Amino acid sequence: MLDVMANILQTTVLYSTPLVLAAMGGLFSERSGVVNIALEGLMTIGAFTAAVATLATGNPWLGLAAAMLSGVAFAWPHAAASIRFKADQVVSGVAINFLALGTSVYLVKHLYDSGQTPTVQETLKRMPIPGLDQIPVIGPSLFNAFPTTYIALVVSILSYIVLYRTPFGMRLRAVGEHPRAAETMGVNVVRMRYTAVLISGALAALGGAGLSIAIGSEFNQNTVAGQGFIALAALIFGKWHPFGALGAASFFGFAVALALMGQFFGLTQYVSSEVLNMLPYVLTILALAGFVGRAEAPAAIGKVYETDSR
Amino acid sequence: MKHLEQIHNQSAWLTSLISVLLGMLVGAGMMLAAGYDPLLAYGALFQNAIFQPYDLGETIRTITPLILTGLAVGLAFRTGLFNIGVEGQMIIGSLAAAIVGLKFSLPPVLHSAAAVAAAAVAGALWAFIPGLLKAVRGVHEVITTIMMNFIALNLSNWLVRTWLSNGADSTDKIKESASLRWDLLSQWFDNSRIHLGIMIALLAAYGMYVLLWKTTYGFELRAVGYNPHASEYAGMNVKRSILSSMMISGMFAGLAGACQLLGTSGYLSIRGGFEGIGFDGIAVALLGANAPIGILLAAVLFGVLTYGGGNMQFAADVPFEVIRVVFAAIILFVAANLSQSIFSRARGMRREPHA
Repeated sequence: MLDVMANILQTTVLYSTPLVLAAMGGLFSERSGVVNIALEGLMTIGAFTAAVATLATGNPWLGLAAAMLSGVAFAWPHAAASIRFKADQVVSGVAINFLALGTSVYLVKHLYDSGQTPTVQETLKRMPIPGLDQIPVIGPSLFNAFPTTYIALVVSILSYIVLYRTPFGMRLRAVGEHPRAAETMGVNVVRMRYTAVLISGALAALGGAGLSIAIGSEFNQNTVAGQGFIALAALIFGKWHPFGALGAASFFGFAVALALMGQFFGLTQYVSSEVLNMLPYVLTILALAGFVGRAEAPAAIGKVYETDSR
Repeated sequence: MKHLEQIHNQSAWLTSLISVLLGMLVGAGMMLAAGYDPLLAYGALFQNAIFQPYDLGETIRTITPLILTGLAVGLAFRTGLFNIGVEGQMIIGSLAAAIVGLKFSLPPVLHSAAAVAAAAVAGALWAFIPGLLKAVRGVHEVITTIMMNFIALNLSNWLVRTWLSNGADSTDKIKESASLRWDLLSQWFDNSRIHLGIMIALLAAYGMYVLLWKTTYGFELRAVGYNPHASEYAGMNVKRSILSSMMISGMFAGLAGACQLLGTSGYLSIRGGFEGIGFDGIAVALLGANAPIGILLAAVLFGVLTYGGGNMQFAADVPFEVIRVVFAAIILFVAANLSQSIFSRARGMRREPHA
């Protein structure tokens, strides 16, 4: 029984990590008032770039860095379209998702003449924390995790500190709640939103990178397969708060773990894996409808900010 | 959303045309960067999409669901809603059509009509849920419809694996009586998989035109989309409008699912992911300025690019995905209304010396 629990916990941590990182990315963008359904595409380009850069350099840490840069590069057109050109933010996000998947699969086919990258040999390896990893049940999962897991935890805590304990964070949230008031106080709304969307791209791409050079060891067009949308769901289910999103992403990771592990210990005899797969989405809808606590979005989310309108 | 209504003015045609050209230029740039010949590739694309009867038939088959998903997204846009759930409503439409096609026994024409109707109703009901949540609890439809897509995908897979096939990866073929294929039509197009769904799609486009621009109720739907507060003040029932719009949109999506199942594939299999035709509908609707005639033309363009793109990969060795990048670029250019910004800036610069 302890083995089963340890296994489930380990798988939960494994699958939560990319969701947590992408959800933190979404947090910055949406808290500043820019809807980010491009998380899916940003994770995709991150996963692609990490695999290619690691294959080229043999260093997965360079892979992570390159992934973050690619995330910034693909978040930029989203920022430009929705802030500078005042496009509908959802439409622009859809376009980024098309663009990222199209570009990455195109380049994979061009570079490797195949639908997927070769296997990445130099992936990130599990990093045990001496002593702590000996704790029963939680030790092997929490303290013998991939570096991306530790990064995700640090990013979550930092996101909280930055957004709630620094002037920069206060301004960023003010821009997402009441941009006009923020501008009156001297905050540059446009620059703040650009910054937030670009941070969002870096973090979501970092989450995607974990899929291709830590959990997995290759990139193909199904590497991300909707996890960007689950991260978005986690952000909403977590009520646009860093720790809420962290909890929700972990819970959704748990649902994935159950669906995956279920068949090993007979759970799928009672509940089929497809039903378990639906769980995150059903819960998000219920949360939005106010049946599982009300999820309140930032007030100015999705609204174009007109510098000259009164 | 305000922006979407503004698109349909006199410059909408120009915006669309310039966006298409710029989008194809982006694609050409990507091909050049990777060392391919864009002229050869685009040439192969168009040549292999329309010049042979077989290819023409297959192109029309590709266009058919794109018209319907484009109408689904476009009708919702027109009435102030963003239905990203077309993909899921389409899956549910296919599911319903498959159930009727497999489990019922009816005479030929009646059977296919019943399967198509079931798909339309199922798509409408799937869209009813986010519509209801929007109307009653004010939940934004973008998020709920995205979530409903994944629920639809898993629901369909679950039923295929259990009830519809007893543990296999796909169902049997639907009964011949439920099929939308028509031998004579296929023969005209050299045995391609073209099917009668194209008639459904054209009728739906005409239906959307009549509903929105020729009936009072359609006027009400558009009015609510344009300004819900003013419409409510004028005595219109905003909640009912939201529900109707979502359901009609879902109905178009369900019909697209019927076409795919009863016309193209003939059976349902476990889906590893989304087919993407519902998402392509967003691009079709945007490019077509959310009006039926524009959507038809945009669907033709995207259908030619999609089907011809597959042949381009074959003939000119250029990976098909470059076409997805072209789609993405077109959406971004239309959404950002880049052509207009470029023009207004050019005009601004001309004016400056006088100022």
